[in-house]
Amino acid sequence: MKKILTSLALLGLVVAGTGAIAAEDANNAAAPTHLPINEPKEMDWSFAGPFGTYDKAQLQRGLKVYKEVCSACHSMNLVAFRTLEGLGYSEAQVKTLAAEYTIRDGPNDAGDMFDRPGKPSDYFPSPFPNEEAAAAANGGAAPPDMSLLAKARGVVRGFPRFVFDIFTQYAQGGPDYIHSLLTGYDQTPPAGMVIPEGTYYNPYFLYGVSLKMPKPLSDGQVTYDDGSPQTVDQYSRDVSAFLMWAAEPHLEDRKKTGFRVLVFLLLFGALVYLTKRKVWAGVAH
Amino acid sequence: MSATDIHDPNRRDFLYVATGMAAVVGAGAVAWPFIDQMRPDASTLALASVEVDVASLTPGMSLVVKWRGKPVVVRNRTEQEMKDGEAVNLADLKDPIARNANLPSDAPATDANRTTPGKEAWMVMVQVCTHLGCIPLGQEGEFGGWFCPCHGSVYDTAGRIRKGPAPENMAVPVFQFISDTKIRIG
Amino acid sequence: MSEGHSTYTPKTGIERWFDARMPLPRLVYDSFIAYPVPRNLNYAWTFGGILSIMLVAQILTGIVLAMHYTADSTLAFNSVEKIMRDVNSGWLLRYLHSNGASFFFVAVYIHIFRGLYYGSYKAPRELLWILGCIIYLLMMATGFMGYVLPWGQMSFWGATVITSFFTAIPLVGDWIQQLLLGGFAVDNPTLNRFFALHYLLPFMIAGVVVLHVWALHVVGQSNPTGIEVKSKTDTVAFTPYATIKDAFGMIVFLFFFAYFVFYLPNYLGHPDNYVVANPLKTPPHIVPEWYFLPFYAILRAITFNVGPIDAKLGGVLCMFGAIAMLFLVPWLDTSKVRSAVYRPWYKLFFWLFAANAIFLGWLGSQPAEGSYVFMAQMATLFYFVFFLVALPVLGLIEKPRRLPNSITEAVLEKNKGGGHHPAGATAAPETKG
Repeated sequence: MKKILTSLALLGLVVAGTGAIAAEDANNAAAPTHLPINEPKEMDWSFAGPFGTYDKAQLQRGLKVYKEVCSACHSMNLVAFRTLEGLGYSEAQVKTLAAEYTIRDGPNDAGDMFDRPGKPSDYFPSPFPNEEAAAAANGGAAPPDMSLLAKARGVVRGFPRFVFDIFTQYAQGGPDYIHSLLTGYDQTPPAGMVIPEGTYYNPYFLYGVSLKMPKPLSDGQVTYDDGSPQTVDQYSRDVSAFLMWAAEPHLEDRKKTGFRVLVFLLLFGALVYLTKRKVWAGVAH
Repeated sequence: MSATDIHDPNRRDFLYVATGMAAVVGAGAVAWPFIDQMRPDASTLALASVEVDVASLTPGMSLVVKWRGKPVVVRNRTEQEMKDGEAVNLADLKDPIARNANLPSDAPATDANRTTPGKEAWMVMVQVCTHLGCIPLGQEGEFGGWFCPCHGSVYDTAGRIRKGPAPENMAVPVFQFISDTKIRIG
Repeated sequence: MSEGHSTYTPKTGIERWFDARMPLPRLVYDSFIAYPVPRNLNYAWTFGGILSIMLVAQILTGIVLAMHYTADSTLAFNSVEKIMRDVNSGWLLRYLHSNGASFFFVAVYIHIFRGLYYGSYKAPRELLWILGCIIYLLMMATGFMGYVLPWGQMSFWGATVITSFFTAIPLVGDWIQQLLLGGFAVDNPTLNRFFALHYLLPFMIAGVVVLHVWALHVVGQSNPTGIEVKSKTDTVAFTPYATIKDAFGMIVFLFFFAYFVFYLPNYLGHPDNYVVANPLKTPPHIVPEWYFLPFYAILRAITFNVGPIDAKLGGVLCMFGAIAMLFLVPWLDTSKVRSAVYRPWYKLFFWLFAANAIFLGWLGSQPAEGSYVFMAQMATLFYFVFFLVALPVLGLIEKPRRLPNSITEAVLEKNKGGGHHPAGATAAPETKG
């Protein structure tokens, strides 16, 4: 009996052991078994951690990068102009900003669609009339909508990091990924790797060794008026932060509320614990 | 046990009261989001303004636009209608208040106060009966204004209640002429 | 412990009036105030109460979310985003609901494992256990259908995979799948019926919970020693003793829940569910919600045909079999002793089983390739060995430790060293509070 049990326990150990070996799969550079080839770089984000807040100047710069670069191909159709007040703009500034866009509206009394300047209640217009047109104009792959991109991308963290993430509150996988991808061009693919025609090698891309989006940013491309460095790295940080805001506009509110809730639960819990001790004081249990 | 009760009664009472209070505070805080979510959401509030082109309205013509889910009538009144409206003695009015969101809440219900200065021909008004929310018919009833078929409330040419069960004049929303031919409501 | 005569005496006129017409106050008094519970229950026993508040919380947040949600395949995704962005407190309610589902399962797993550890399923509590298993099944159905509603990529492909289980059934499989989907693939009719059922099932859960609690109040709670209550000194009144302990357990649990809701609201979700469903593009890895992962690993572990049963049907059978094991536990366990505290070998196997379940969960999140498949097969084998071999055999050959004569004796033994409560055991707790 004891022998059977010991062997079963050993089997358990063996099973656990093979798990560890499997994680150490050999990695051939030309034919990577894991995607992305490189893990995203973990950046310092102002919105990380329990007291994280958005850096509004950064969000405004990120919006500028989105407007001047990304929006040529990427829609952001869940974000309304009115919400840009969250970036620190005044109501009047938001109105001006919205009016820069042309919105297709209608039908009017004659039954025709017409163009009009944007209003704060409008949403960012799409650069393409429909997804098919977007795909056709971009080599068959429609550029993804950017409203939720920062929450819709994330590289699997793996054991044991996903355990530590609970304590470090790591929830920046999306912006880390976007920043790494944007700064991950211009690298030479390993010898022997075949890069399909019309795609661009990027070791940070999650869904393959290369992607159809050419390097979108270059140094000096977007003019900043607040003296921030006009580099690809800075642009990428700013637009990643902006996309995080676009995906999770209530993040600050959430973390603030959370702190209050946890403090309350701590105090309430202490009171209930003392009450419990009092109630049970005379009862052995 | 009884020994502890005698030993330190205050601490025990304080503890129970404090715990109970904390529970009440917590329950209240939890209840709030459930109520809060019922209020109009951000997208609904954002749409609370519409612009109307009124260039095509000659005197005697009206159009209706939807604003906050309700019909708002824009009427270019005829000379006769304006005259009828001005001729009314304020003392005859059932509701002497203008009910004009662009004016102080105690403004008297003169014909001018029901419209906007310089554009007295134009009535802009939420076309909803103040009785129980039906939509009155335009240019009907004994005062040549509006008549509500549901329960027989009669309004005059300035949308003021004259007869029937409705308690108030029909509401004038916040609006302004942003040009000679364009009105922004809300 | 079983239904004694009621000790309720109406004090005021209103109470007497009610008691004569509909004795609801009496029911509440007998069930939640005077109801005797073993005095030695530990914090593992607070999860019943925790589960009740999680059920209520899920129903409440679910109802308000349904006020803003649109069950239409073209609008569902955006209506959820509207809740997240525009509805007042919408982000909070939605994160409470989505994380609430996860924490509901955290609590139910602790509750189930507590039952397994302390042998709570043994006679006379078999029916109580089976009602619990039914609740668990209903929870799985509810959780699965709820995950489809945001209409993201994982919603869509999760629904596709899970409804495809039924095509493994010979002859009628395809017909059943089409019946579930209302079409040839997951589409608008599927979304609509899943929404209707997702709204209905929690109330069915609530109904079975009433039966579960009823059965509990007939047979009484088990306890860490597994010894039946023998005398009044073995028990304390539910209120205030169990209520205050449950309350503390709930607050600690809510603390962890709140930590996730406010700081890691998407930790337990999948990024792909923030991409709108696309029937033409499968995500690289389809992963179910974490609480289904062990069963998902078992499903994928069967990669070989056994006689006439092909791998697909075999996987589905093993997966449903894994759940069915729970229903059979009261009869698979042959031991005379309930609690693992007095069963050294069973205790070892219990912990191996728990570790194996977590390991299966991790495997379920990994791609089904290479050495993962072999490991999943071994872990699946152990899962069934635990139920079909260890439970019956251990009961026959294991020599349990000496059992105390009563709960009171066990409590006294435990406290002997410290001597904190010299008078406790002899005092009649019912007279206090």
